[in-house]
Amino acid sequence: MTRKKRRLYFVLAGMCVLGIAAALVLTSFEDSLVFFRSPSDLVEKPIEPGRNFRLGGLVEEGSVEKNGVITRFSVTDLNEVVPVTFKGLLPDLFREGQGVVTEGAFNEEGVFVATNVLAKHDENYMPPEVADALKKAGQWQPEDGG
Amino acid sequence: MAIDLHKYANPKRFLAITAAIYPWSVWLTVILLLGGLYLSLFVAPPDYQQGDTVRIMFVHVPAAWMALMIYTLMAVSSAVGLIWKHPVADLTAKAAAPIGACFTFLALVTGSLWGQPMWGTFWVWDARLTSMLILLFLYLGYMAIWESFDDPTKAAKAAAILALVGVVNIPIIRFSVDWWNTLHQPASVATMDGPKIHSTILIPLLVMGLAYTAFFVMVLIIRVKAEILKRRLHVLQIAELRES
Repeated sequence: MTRKKRRLYFVLAGMCVLGIAAALVLTSFEDSLVFFRSPSDLVEKPIEPGRNFRLGGLVEEGSVEKNGVITRFSVTDLNEVVPVTFKGLLPDLFREGQGVVTEGAFNEEGVFVATNVLAKHDENYMPPEVADALKKAGQWQPEDGG
Repeated sequence: MAIDLHKYANPKRFLAITAAIYPWSVWLTVILLLGGLYLSLFVAPPDYQQGDTVRIMFVHVPAAWMALMIYTLMAVSSAVGLIWKHPVADLTAKAAAPIGACFTFLALVTGSLWGQPMWGTFWVWDARLTSMLILLFLYLGYMAIWESFDDPTKAAKAAAILALVGVVNIPIIRFSVDWWNTLHQPASVATMDGPKIHSTILIPLLVMGLAYTAFFVMVLIIRVKAEILKRRLHVLQIAELRES
């Protein structure tokens, strides 16, 4: 019985140490584990022009301007706004008020020049009739999608 | 021989219990899978944004649930095997690994097929996708360890340690979408404010989840039985060699 108990405590202690080690590693690498930066993050920790990174947020309502293959829009997290320009084909889910992740760098004028745009889907799933009903009833929250 | 019989006492009881569950698991798998697929493909409405692409979710999400659940089961079995030296526990973990690896692979492939039309890319290295790929490697590594030892007792011990070390990845996968910003969407079903999926889409998803679980139980019973018989054969062969 004592040997079994000893093995049990050994395994439990091992798991605790492992858990703490994993937590320490993950917190110290937090910056590189983050897939994209939000406009507010950029105010906190500005990134110099020319350095590549990913910018994510919502496409601001009424900001999309299409001019041939060049699209101009703004990415917002409802606090800060960053102007973006992109030349190329946009994914199906790209629309105003919808989440988006763009890859690229700032130019000298402070505009984010995106080389790649990915649409970010949110966690809400519903049939079209329900979405329409929600919009009609005024229950629609723009940050929830749509 | 008396010692050998004692060793078989537990596997024997295990086989008797699972033999009773097995037919139920077969029927449940057939009924739930047919019902679930019918609900997912014909009854569930298209999503307001994704259209019919949302149907990939009915295959993808339960596969990811199973991948995490099977790994957790494997780790718990491994711990029981390691601490209490229960022979069936090691064999259960061993038998579960390839099933879990298949579900992980299915989740990765279907996720990728969904990502291309919806996100605009097959793959990104965000926290959720990367930790899920690591899970596949953990499963494959676990299976490789079992194959690389001649002595099954040593193999069970080494494999169990890997399974326990790898279990830290499970909460990382689960909470990756909450801890860091990722391209993958946050949890929709198990959230604090209740599911964020409309019931017409949620119910087929849950039926598919139950179907996958029944399927897993069915295959696990077959595989554990095969492992127990293999082990028994091995012992008999050694006994025969000693006699001759």
